[in-house]
Amino acid sequence: MKGTRLATVLLLVLAVAVAASAAHAEAFVLRDDAARQVSFTRDPQRIITMLPSLTETVCALDACDRLVATDRYSNYPAQAEALPKAGGLDDVILELIVSLRPDLVLLSRSQRITERLADLGIQSFVLNSESYADIARSIQIIGRILGASARADTLKRHIAATVEDIGARALAQRQGLKPSVYFEVDRAPYAAGPASFIGELLTRLGTRNIVTADLGPFPKLNPEYVVRHPPDVIFVAASDAEQLAERPGWGQLRAVKERRFCSFTSRVTDTIVRPGPRVAEGMQALAGCLARVAP
Amino acid sequence: MFGARGTVSTPRAAVLANRATRLGAANGMALWLMGCGVLTLLLTACSLVIGTSSIETSWHWLWMPDEQSAVVLWQIRLPRTLGAWCVGALLGLCGATAQGLFRNPLAEPYLLGTASGAALGVAISLIAVDSTIGELAWAGRLGLTGAACIGAIGATFLTIALSRGVLQTTRLLLAGIVVASVLAAATSLILLTKPDIFRAMQTFLLGSTAFLGWPSVALLGSVLGICLVPGLLWSRGLDALTLGEDTARSLGLSLPILRLALLGMISLGTAATVGEVGVVMFVGLMAPHVVRETLSVNHRQLLIAAPVCGGALLQAADLLCRWIIRPAELPVGAVTACVGGAYLVWLLWRRNRDA
Repeated sequence: MKGTRLATVLLLVLAVAVAASAAHAEAFVLRDDAARQVSFTRDPQRIITMLPSLTETVCALDACDRLVATDRYSNYPAQAEALPKAGGLDDVILELIVSLRPDLVLLSRSQRITERLADLGIQSFVLNSESYADIARSIQIIGRILGASARADTLKRHIAATVEDIGARALAQRQGLKPSVYFEVDRAPYAAGPASFIGELLTRLGTRNIVTADLGPFPKLNPEYVVRHPPDVIFVAASDAEQLAERPGWGQLRAVKERRFCSFTSRVTDTIVRPGPRVAEGMQALAGCLARVAP
Repeated sequence: MFGARGTVSTPRAAVLANRATRLGAANGMALWLMGCGVLTLLLTACSLVIGTSSIETSWHWLWMPDEQSAVVLWQIRLPRTLGAWCVGALLGLCGATAQGLFRNPLAEPYLLGTASGAALGVAISLIAVDSTIGELAWAGRLGLTGAACIGAIGATFLTIALSRGVLQTTRLLLAGIVVASVLAAATSLILLTKPDIFRAMQTFLLGSTAFLGWPSVALLGSVLGICLVPGLLWSRGLDALTLGEDTARSLGLSLPILRLALLGMISLGTAATVGEVGVVMFVGLMAPHVVRETLSVNHRQLLIAAPVCGGALLQAADLLCRWIIRPAELPVGAVTACVGGAYLVWLLWRRNRDA
């Protein structure tokens, strides 16, 4: 008799403990890149993303149907492209966001919006995607928020393996040769340095950036710098490629004389410049062009 | 050419003219203020129904509000339009004061370098958010509004220091121009080294009323209240100043105190506006001219009418920038620059033709 009562009490205690731990597992707190503690009580079902790489990450985690709007630059995948556009990070359309009743807004660091959204009682989470390492980190965090951690792990591993593979094949193909590269972001000219996301991909492909890391991620160069550090391959917008020879002194560059240029369509450029889940596609595009034009 | 109407050459004549027109002017002023008040109410009502949703939907919301429409109407649209009114009013007040103080019809609220100072503050704050440099961390914590205010007030101090006090208005004006150019150059330098803050900076420089909430309205409203006090206290002094500095001094006016008080007010007023909405061109220049074109006023009346006019002007500009390319919107500063620029050109052209 006494034994059964004790067993019942023990069972009850156990049941309560299990229930409590289950409830505890439901709610969790994450620290975002604006150093805020954001608590989640359930999986968000109505999400707005304010950055293309975040949109692509959410969709890559099979949660595209939970998106209700994106920023105006999100154009991939097709399902996300068709959604309402809530402006950009600097001119967000607050009314549209409020009227869609989101339970989560994913965005990169923009103090004014996060403050205003908090005023309006809308939960937001700040994620900065800038480097190659940020891709895996964002996937993991968004996976946790969406309740899709397992899918996130698979995706992360798949991306890492593909990137490794593309890098290894590029190195093997070139047999130790290290072509020097210059990636022009803008005709000002702004270059992508090794500290930038694009620079990281180029380094992984076994190239040497003519811009040194100490100049920062996107330094504005003196055009003379490129003449003094002649690259083997120039990555440049297709519209600017024809005018390179007309820049003072650039006509003498071997890469210009032999037309060793890499230009991409805007769709392909998106995969190269966005630190998102399509990084391997972008890297493949870079590798393909390098294999064609590098000396 | 743009001089205040009713400015007569001798003090005695001014007093006589003033006495003769006082009754008519008072009536005109009351009518004018009522007209502006009605216009403001109309604009406020319009701004409640103009947004990303269709006007019919908004009408429906007004009569049958649900939880979500209440947020859009009372937490987004209403504070935004009231905030825009306050910003326009502050710019009108500061513009009218600056024109009286510098006895120059082209004076405007930003002439002490406040806009450039605020822009530099914002640029530093933007790079500080991302920076790991310890000394810059405080700027990140201040936020854009705080950084802009500090930049604006700092620029005013710099201008006053460079002009070695407030004894000469010409020196003050020149120092303001120098400070504005140097600070703008410093901002460009930061932008060149950190191109990733370019877009955020541009939004700030073009002005945007999109982020105004109730806390902003409270802040702007109180600053407007504070700024009105020295303006109205010294309005007689500004009247005397229209007759020349010597005459003003002979009437027992302490020019340094007047200048310090009014410069402080202009600096505070513009700092608050650039902190909240960025740089909004031409409203501060235009509002006093619109008042003087339609009314014969002394400075006390001008300092009441110009804010009322500026408020309505910016409310109208804010409505336009939401309306033109719905559901996206234009920067409000671009709209005011176009409208204000066109108005001044028209004014010039008409005066030339009349002359």
